[in-house]
Amino acid sequence: MTDTRLIVPEKKRISRRSALKLAGTGAASLMGGLAAGPGFVRYAQAQSSEPIRVGFQVHRTGIGAAYGRWYEQTTNAAVKLINEQGGINGRQIEIIAEDDATDPGRGAEVVEKFATQHKCDVAFGTLFSHVVMGSAPRAGELKLPYYVVSEGHHVASGALNRYTFQPGITDVKSQVISMAPWIAKNVGKKVAMIFPDFAFGYDHRDYFSAAIKAQGGEVNALIPIPPTETSFTRYFPQIPADTEVIYHVMVGPAVLTFVKELGEHFGSQHPPLFGFIDSLEAVDLKSPGLEFLEGSYLWEAYPRFAGASPTAADTFYRGKVGVDANGASVADPADISTYSHMFGCWETLYIIKQAMEAAGYQGAGDKAKLIEATEAITTIPEGNEHPQGDKIFNGKIHQSFGHQNITQVKNGVGEVVYRTTIEEGLYEPEADYTKMPL
Amino acid sequence: MSVRIILLHAGVILALFLMQFLASDYVVLTFTRIMVLAIYALGYNILFGYTGLLSLGHAMFFATGLYGAALGVTRFGLGVPEAMLVAIGLGIIVSTVIGAVSLRASGVAFMIVTLMFSQAAFLTVLYFGDYTRGDEGIVISDEFRRFSLFGLEADLANPVLRYNLALAFLALAVAVTLAVIRSRAGHVLVAIRENESRTAMLGYDTARYKLLAFVLSGAFAAFSGASYALMFAYAGSTLASIQYSIHPLLWTLLGGAATVLGPVLGTALMFLLVDFASGFTSASLLVVGVALILLVLFFPKGILGTLRQRYLPWLP
Repeated sequence: MTDTRLIVPEKKRISRRSALKLAGTGAASLMGGLAAGPGFVRYAQAQSSEPIRVGFQVHRTGIGAAYGRWYEQTTNAAVKLINEQGGINGRQIEIIAEDDATDPGRGAEVVEKFATQHKCDVAFGTLFSHVVMGSAPRAGELKLPYYVVSEGHHVASGALNRYTFQPGITDVKSQVISMAPWIAKNVGKKVAMIFPDFAFGYDHRDYFSAAIKAQGGEVNALIPIPPTETSFTRYFPQIPADTEVIYHVMVGPAVLTFVKELGEHFGSQHPPLFGFIDSLEAVDLKSPGLEFLEGSYLWEAYPRFAGASPTAADTFYRGKVGVDANGASVADPADISTYSHMFGCWETLYIIKQAMEAAGYQGAGDKAKLIEATEAITTIPEGNEHPQGDKIFNGKIHQSFGHQNITQVKNGVGEVVYRTTIEEGLYEPEADYTKMPL
Repeated sequence: MSVRIILLHAGVILALFLMQFLASDYVVLTFTRIMVLAIYALGYNILFGYTGLLSLGHAMFFATGLYGAALGVTRFGLGVPEAMLVAIGLGIIVSTVIGAVSLRASGVAFMIVTLMFSQAAFLTVLYFGDYTRGDEGIVISDEFRRFSLFGLEADLANPVLRYNLALAFLALAVAVTLAVIRSRAGHVLVAIRENESRTAMLGYDTARYKLLAFVLSGAFAAFSGASYALMFAYAGSTLASIQYSIHPLLWTLLGGAATVLGPVLGTALMFLLVDFASGFTSASLLVVGVALILLVLFFPKGILGTLRQRYLPWLP
């Protein structure tokens, strides 16, 4: 679904009624119009008074829909605030949102649409790794600056291109490296890993295995679970008896079943659990069957529960995105947010603003300057613009590095027991995008 | 072959050629993708439209071409032309093996067997995730998409080259389809569709002809998959999923099964319909569903199939 949001004058909005009228012209006239009438799709070159068009690739449908809804709410809140504060270089932001169905093929098409039909200045907001991977080549080829909010290692690995950035959220390699020392010291050194049998899981497998080994620990069992799996009980006997920590990072619709079956398998006697909040984003920790999680540890990029002494920036941010101190919607306490990921949209939009202002961005002709300005960012201070915390940005690998949080579940509420330093998550750059031509 | 048939098909190719000078960048990009996918539908039509065999597993052949090309250039150091040929060759081999087994079944059983093989292929892609990168997929960087052929340097990142290459591939696929269905073998395929027992009683080795249609269809799918990977720089397991087995069936039904241009028209219309509908609703598939219901009501044989039935009996 494409729509314009927030700052566009009413008369410029595409209403549902007008869209349906257009639809009524039928496919034949659509084809004819597309072929014969370049005016239908060609937009005038953006003038300096026109809004800055941000193409928002949103997972409204498909496996990422739960995340997409909150990514959209966060994005709208950030854009509203930025526009109220005067926009970017005196220009308002216009969000052009389109559903990518959490599908890499459709994602690539949406990026093409942003670049060539909507004439967006940048594209932004993609979460799922496979959609990023499918879309990034198109963004690079069309020279459309593409700011993803994915946490995958794909950007930092050097697999993508100079036009693709991940400045608003730390990548998974950094996340696991930063937490391994605390796990080894406080929970245990013999770790059984349960992870999804696809690329996201392999990143955890490879980087955490190396990180725990560096701490004198070991992974005593690797238990990959196929993404199509719906029942998990048969995998649990593979967990060795001498396991000190069960590390789990499951995603997708079956995660609740996974956690519940894990509880049924072990009962009250089980090794400590260390899991990724990805398994439980948008899920109430007090849901029936999740009592088993009591006392377990979770990674969170941004703690869902505000705790007793939240920062002023966190309170400000929660208020703007409509999330209460428990990480739920203020409108519906049963509607749990994807708090540990969605801040990435907020912070990425402020990075785009910062880079555009540094580049003196006026229009499409300044995209190269925008890329260089983004690459020139080094430190990102904590504040209302970056409520998750301060960060370091590495322009060579287009990746930011921030603090990570280890939360313990106590009475169904997450309580932060350790916050990593940024330095604990740093690693040697694997690429240098700045050497690629613009 | 009559002059008007040649003129019609040449005219469509010419119109697509001229489109790049008239249409916007977005339309050119969109039609590049449509033409590549239409090759997939054209091949599917040989099996489904002309031979009457409904496969639910053609994503495995599309994926064979996709990964054959992607891994060929990224892991095995092949150039683009060599990777294309290897991918098509793999498509032929895989479809021969799968066809030899699955064609022992017929009707619903054939559909289920092809579906099962395709699901197995999809899981194989995930199983060998260390090579295929599973769901995340493989990005083919620009250096792997440059090649020289007959002394000419080419870069698949060039949208003009890519469009015209897709057009040339589509023209080739249309020409091969026309040649096949107008040939003696093509007539046997139609005879099998209409009455396999009678065709066998007339002395034709129907198993051999069905395998021929299956392999041709698989080769087209692999050709399309390889083109898709190299032109759009990505190969991922989603493109091997059941969804990509259903797509060519829908495109063929929409445009008109057993018409040469029907799958091309169906691919374009479905693609544009989804793209257009997603502009105003996230329920774009609902729009597609309504369109298919209308199709069944007013164009029961697909658009070109119904036109042929009512007005253009000469349409191949």
